[in-house]
Amino acid sequence: MARLVVLGGGVAGHTTATFAAKWLGSAHEVVVVTPNAKWNWIPSNIWVGVGEMTKEEVTFDLAPVYAKAGITYKQAKAVSLNPEGNESSDKSFVSIEYTGQDKTGTIENLEYDYIVNATGPKLNFDATPGLGDGKGQMGNHTVSVCTADHAVHASHKLQEAIEKMKGGTRQKFLIGTGHGMCTCQGAAFEYIFNIENELRKAGVRDMADIKWISNESFLGDFGMGGIHMKVGGYVVSSKLFAESLYAERNIEWLIGAHTSKVENGKVEYELLDGSKGEEEFDFAMLIPPFAGVGIKAFAKDGSDITGTVFAPNGFMKVDANYGAGAYENWKASDWPRTYQNPTYSNMFAAGIAFAPPHLISKPMSSPNGTPINPTPPRTGMPSGIIGKAVAHSVCDLITKGDSAHLHEASMAEMGAACVASAGKGVFSGTAAAMTVYPVVPDFETFPGTGRDTDYTFGEIGLAGHWIKHILHFLFIYKAKLNPGWTLIPE
Amino acid sequence: MIEKKVVKEEANFQKSEAFSRTMIPGTFARKMRTCLIWQFIRFAIINVKMIIVVGKSH
Repeated sequence: MARLVVLGGGVAGHTTATFAAKWLGSAHEVVVVTPNAKWNWIPSNIWVGVGEMTKEEVTFDLAPVYAKAGITYKQAKAVSLNPEGNESSDKSFVSIEYTGQDKTGTIENLEYDYIVNATGPKLNFDATPGLGDGKGQMGNHTVSVCTADHAVHASHKLQEAIEKMKGGTRQKFLIGTGHGMCTCQGAAFEYIFNIENELRKAGVRDMADIKWISNESFLGDFGMGGIHMKVGGYVVSSKLFAESLYAERNIEWLIGAHTSKVENGKVEYELLDGSKGEEEFDFAMLIPPFAGVGIKAFAKDGSDITGTVFAPNGFMKVDANYGAGAYENWKASDWPRTYQNPTYSNMFAAGIAFAPPHLISKPMSSPNGTPINPTPPRTGMPSGIIGKAVAHSVCDLITKGDSAHLHEASMAEMGAACVASAGKGVFSGTAAAMTVYPVVPDFETFPGTGRDTDYTFGEIGLAGHWIKHILHFLFIYKAKLNPGWTLIPE
Repeated sequence: MIEKKVVKEEANFQKSEAFSRTMIPGTFARKMRTCLIWQFIRFAIINVKMIIVVGKSH
């Protein structure tokens, strides 16, 4: 009997574990190690963050689902990896520290035949002074929608701001990224339009000033270098698409900004031209930068090999070309296909946990040397597709042997669908529905825009809301492994 | 004497220099965004496109 250990129970980890358990059956063991007791459909945290949904509507308990799937569930976080074993055993193992199940703080060495690192990111609030509390958690000055609990907190703060406006006090809203190296602009993008919609619904829009602050060099970059889409017979940049949305809703923007410090009611920032400034706020939602969760790796003799297994940002090295060099040399083929660690063949990474070869957006920095550019998005649909491909590879390795063909899922050959709502109504509000194909532009295959403009599009309308609602219920249904779950694509 | 012509949808062009350099939807485009018949059609088309993208990605 072989044992597959999956680190993380988010979109990538949950997909990997559930498909592996289904394909392997009871002949082999699948273990999930995740510090969380609940699964969270993160895209709907936006609606929690404006009070349109409850935490309970976007989360569910993992334990009964894993029990149903025959998956061993350990509520714990991974601390270190010993891919060669240690001095007393040749068997690979991961050291985990329990965060629940009445064993909080207990350390266990968990042996594995294969391991998939799908931990997701560490929300690195402390990378920006004042954005974090200095202890790795979110600080007191801003809010976040990265977790369901954060979103609940954000919703309460928003209601407080609305009450102040109703009482005649003008409020300034600042939404965007909290560091020059952030990703996930899409979440902040969706949140700012939901905030604007909520303020209009509450009848206080004229009492609010709303501003976007972002590390993108142009609006609509989204960490993907922007996209081009067909609109009205033209092929246009997402810059025009995004600017139009902001202008229509009277939302100002500040772009190319590295948020360098956060204080009570004020952020300091540096722009791409090197200038520095301050922006005051009454309510701020700033996405933190992401980093790896900080797992260490040790060789058989106990020496530290973290730098061999992980990139400096803490994400796991996989079969990507990390030596591509300057932007002019970047190619679609730099991006990983199998997500297998180049040093240890029984180790894979999926979702945000894999180290990308480089940015997708053009790298930029201020004259002071401060890098200000979005890092590549790897959430949602790509995470699920990668997780499933990795599960397939590991299952084949277990059942067919080491020579089994590895399944591939390059982000330069896969698309992504994204729906950014502006409200939650079935008959009111409008959403931006977008698809991009491929996620990583491939200028050899699509020399004009790097993408297939037949399948890269964006449009605004009520239909996007319906799709967002359907995705919410469909993916939670799938994640709960309800009947027919395998028929729902990632 | 030319009569003053106020177009509500165009008001934001004057609120910011950046706003004045982009496009803002007019009355027709805005109405189509919430027109149920048109949105049902778009819903079907967007779904077909998304399914094709999903299919090409697996």
